[in-house]
Amino acid sequence: MFELLGIPPQALFGQLLLGLINGSFYAILSLGLAIIFGLLNIINFTHGAQYMLGAFVAWMLLTYFGVPYWGALLLAPVLVGIKGVIIERLLISRLYHLDHLYGLLLTFGLALIIQGLLRNQYGISGLPYAIPPQLSGGQNLGFMFLPNYRAWVVVASLVVCLATWFVIEKTRLGAYLRAATENPTLVGAFGINVPRMITLTYGFGVALAAFAGVLAAPIYAVNPNMGADLIIVVFAVVVIGGMGSILGAIVTGFGLGLVEGLTKVFYPEASSVIIFVIMAIVLLVKPAGLFGRTA
Amino acid sequence: MTAVTETETTGIAVQQARAGMPLHHVAIFVALLAAGLVAPFLLYPVFLMKVLCFALFACAFNLLLGYGGLLSFGHAAYFGSASYIAAHAAKVWGLSPELAILSGTLAAAVLGLAIGSLAIRRQGIYFAMVTLAFAQMVFFFSLQAPFTGGEDGIQAVPRGNLFGLLSLRSDFTLYFVVLAITLGGLLLIYRIIHSPFGQVLKAIRENEPRAVSLGYRVNRYKLAVFVLSATLAGLAGSTKALVFQLASLTDVHWSMSGEVVLMTLIGGMGTVFGPIVGAAIIVTMQNYLATFGAWVTIIQGCIFVVCVMLFREGIVGVIAKWIRKPL
Amino acid sequence: MKNTGFLLASLAASLMATSALAQDISVKIGVLNDRSGIYSDITGEGSVIAAQLAVEDFGTDKGIAVEIVSADHQNKPDVGSNVARQWYDTENVDMIADVPTSSVALAIHEITREKNKVHVNSGAASSDLTGSACSPNTVHWTYDTWALANGTGGAMVAAGGDSWFFVTADYAFGHALERDTTAMVEKSGGTVLGGVRTPFPGQDFSSFLLQAQSSGAKVIGLANAGGDTINSIKQASEFGITQGGQSLAGLLMFVNDVHSLGLDVAQGLVLTESFYWDLNDQTREWSTRFEEKTGNKPSMIQAGVYAGTLHYLKAVEALGSKDDGAAVVAKMKELKTDDPLFGQGEVREDGRKVHDMYLFRVKTPDQSEGPWDYYETVSTIPAAEAFRPLADGGCSLVQ
Repeated sequence: MFELLGIPPQALFGQLLLGLINGSFYAILSLGLAIIFGLLNIINFTHGAQYMLGAFVAWMLLTYFGVPYWGALLLAPVLVGIKGVIIERLLISRLYHLDHLYGLLLTFGLALIIQGLLRNQYGISGLPYAIPPQLSGGQNLGFMFLPNYRAWVVVASLVVCLATWFVIEKTRLGAYLRAATENPTLVGAFGINVPRMITLTYGFGVALAAFAGVLAAPIYAVNPNMGADLIIVVFAVVVIGGMGSILGAIVTGFGLGLVEGLTKVFYPEASSVIIFVIMAIVLLVKPAGLFGRTA
Repeated sequence: MTAVTETETTGIAVQQARAGMPLHHVAIFVALLAAGLVAPFLLYPVFLMKVLCFALFACAFNLLLGYGGLLSFGHAAYFGSASYIAAHAAKVWGLSPELAILSGTLAAAVLGLAIGSLAIRRQGIYFAMVTLAFAQMVFFFSLQAPFTGGEDGIQAVPRGNLFGLLSLRSDFTLYFVVLAITLGGLLLIYRIIHSPFGQVLKAIRENEPRAVSLGYRVNRYKLAVFVLSATLAGLAGSTKALVFQLASLTDVHWSMSGEVVLMTLIGGMGTVFGPIVGAAIIVTMQNYLATFGAWVTIIQGCIFVVCVMLFREGIVGVIAKWIRKPL
Repeated sequence: MKNTGFLLASLAASLMATSALAQDISVKIGVLNDRSGIYSDITGEGSVIAAQLAVEDFGTDKGIAVEIVSADHQNKPDVGSNVARQWYDTENVDMIADVPTSSVALAIHEITREKNKVHVNSGAASSDLTGSACSPNTVHWTYDTWALANGTGGAMVAAGGDSWFFVTADYAFGHALERDTTAMVEKSGGTVLGGVRTPFPGQDFSSFLLQAQSSGAKVIGLANAGGDTINSIKQASEFGITQGGQSLAGLLMFVNDVHSLGLDVAQGLVLTESFYWDLNDQTREWSTRFEEKTGNKPSMIQAGVYAGTLHYLKAVEALGSKDDGAAVVAKMKELKTDDPLFGQGEVREDGRKVHDMYLFRVKTPDQSEGPWDYYETVSTIPAAEAFRPLADGGCSLVQ
């Protein structure tokens, strides 16, 4: 049996698969971030908090209302999305004419508030959320044991990402969106309600984050800090993919999951920093990101 | 048309700079000095020293953001690595405090030169992301390198004797040293801002292509201000290491980079005195709200939101508007 | 930094006039811990309440008035040392209690020595506090990395788990835990097959767990804490690690972690603690009082804050003075300890409080009779064997 850099190929396969699973979280999250940035020009720093909120809402739905996982998978993104819409209307919409910096600072502040409130209410140890019975157990793939739930995560996120990409790139609605990104005034002149479209887009981006949160709830501990450090990483993913590029966000999300997975085998301590090394290199070599258009 | 007026105002400002400080700025500096001299008799010196260190850090950051127009999201790297080097120099190499501070500051300058020369090739948000990326690497290095002591940091750093003579063990004595360092740093920043160099920086910030067409080597100016800012941040970091006798990961973490943005924003970016006010407010808040636990984050978040929505010029910026004089 | 302070002085003072013990000492205790971060559930406000209970139980009739203040150190050494300096310099705090997070504890430990005050640590794990860094001003109460490693490491090897793989959080605390456990495993005749250092804090441990799985080790030692431990256990159960015949050893786990994981996931885990609410009548009674005020059962750290504070107050009473920190600690070492939670014991020369440690196994959902009924006792490690021998610590106070 040949070995690759001292690692048997089966083990490597397993690690790559795990990388892909983590990549699916990066992909959904960075997709939402990229859509919001593309259309609103806002760097949505609350994205991590909204992801966390998705997991929390799923937990609350189950605990207080008895809504099971599958219901939460639909309901939680809608609820968190509505909250996003309210925030956009009340606060963010007043900042579009300003520098990026202000949007970033505002959403950073909002993230602190949301995290702080939940921390006060639910503490920090995390709340248990069980894997839905339909997806418990797993498959023995020969080279590794793959829990059914993880397989579901990859499939669900691939479907959601591709559907979103399809809507934006291939449908009329998507065409309006892309046009509004280029020139809102002109699109408005065609009788399209641009502000409403922007609000809904923000809501959708937020809902994506919450969707990722619900997906994550059964695997990671549901706690108020679960999105805090993730946001920086996801943000790096978006930058590497090319700010505002939908396809870039998806591909880079999965790709960096793989790279991170490999790092965990060869130099585990560095797995949290590898993404930033890649980001620095990409920005210096290809400033607009891997998939971005050079302005 | 606008180009002409811009150069005219730049010219006037340059003349002003040569003529010296405007009277109300002199008054403020004197007031700061007076307040600084009286304060330790009224308030706890260690707390005041913390305010001073962060005031210097925020002013250094503001030099880059407010006057250079460059948003760095990784300034903790210079602040923190300087504090590690200073702590290491004082504790392991046994250097006297002034040399320890000097080595920390120099290290920050070198780091600033290395990172800056790469980062200034990019603009806007990309610039911010490059600085963040390098700061994360510095954080990683600080976590892994053996001499930094991991998350324990470098503890029990000796304060030593200034120039081998004056013992700094007493908080009171050290306070006046820190006050001198901070005021010196502030005056230097003030001088930089109001020098012809500072005026060119403003021109670049307002309109980079125009500055290029006027014949300025924009990148050299940007790099220079980046290194200056990193160096001064390093000065603040080294001083802090001696004050708290501690260098730790907090100083290099990205949330520290966020905090300095917050200080600058609250005080008023692009104002000379704003960051001082901002630093004082944030440090006081952290100090006196420590009991409230999670509420500190919530309150900080609310301040962020209120500032962005209502006081984008920051406190000092708003005051400057009222009295119609630049502060 | 004030607040939560409460004064029992007035009553005591009014009694003073007639009391024979005309000492009239007023003591200020600062509970410094994590009130917002990952350790806020096992320390936090609960530790403050534990200290208040200690003051109540000590009694108000002894001529000692006690005030308690508290603050959040956010698990950052700089924040913690800042608060400690201010407490000692300007607010006349005499003793700082609790202080989880080793890096912060070491900082407070140094400042306390410099100012000649008292530090009774309950929350931190670092065995350096009573080892190479030991100080005449510190008492380390509840547990340390050596005791945890000794309990879990020793017991697992004895039960046949003689090959180990470590999943270690990549910071000083994780390294210390791994180091101490490795020594214990090897001493007991086991072998360590390998380990992996995971970035701290982490979310996804599946990759590391898979490496642990393919190592073929019988025991996977989790040298991490808080959210890292919870996530690794959760994911180990998801990946069927325990079904595959490997066992997990949580090297630092608290009853609150089990509470958060739920018994479905946590069942069968083996862990070491120095206190559990359901040990005997006294612990049950005290824990009920505690639960009435907080809504939760106490963690061993909170129990340690109670017992440590009580013993500190006894020492101040016996000495008749609180001013010389080193003298108070010397008195704490001289007096035998006796409290309802840890029973009888002593504080050693190096500042180490010794008492029994317990090896627990987490019950299955069927065995558990209700909320917080989580542990069955596997074995009791007697005080004399539970902690690092005095001579091995390298403490300069030990002659």
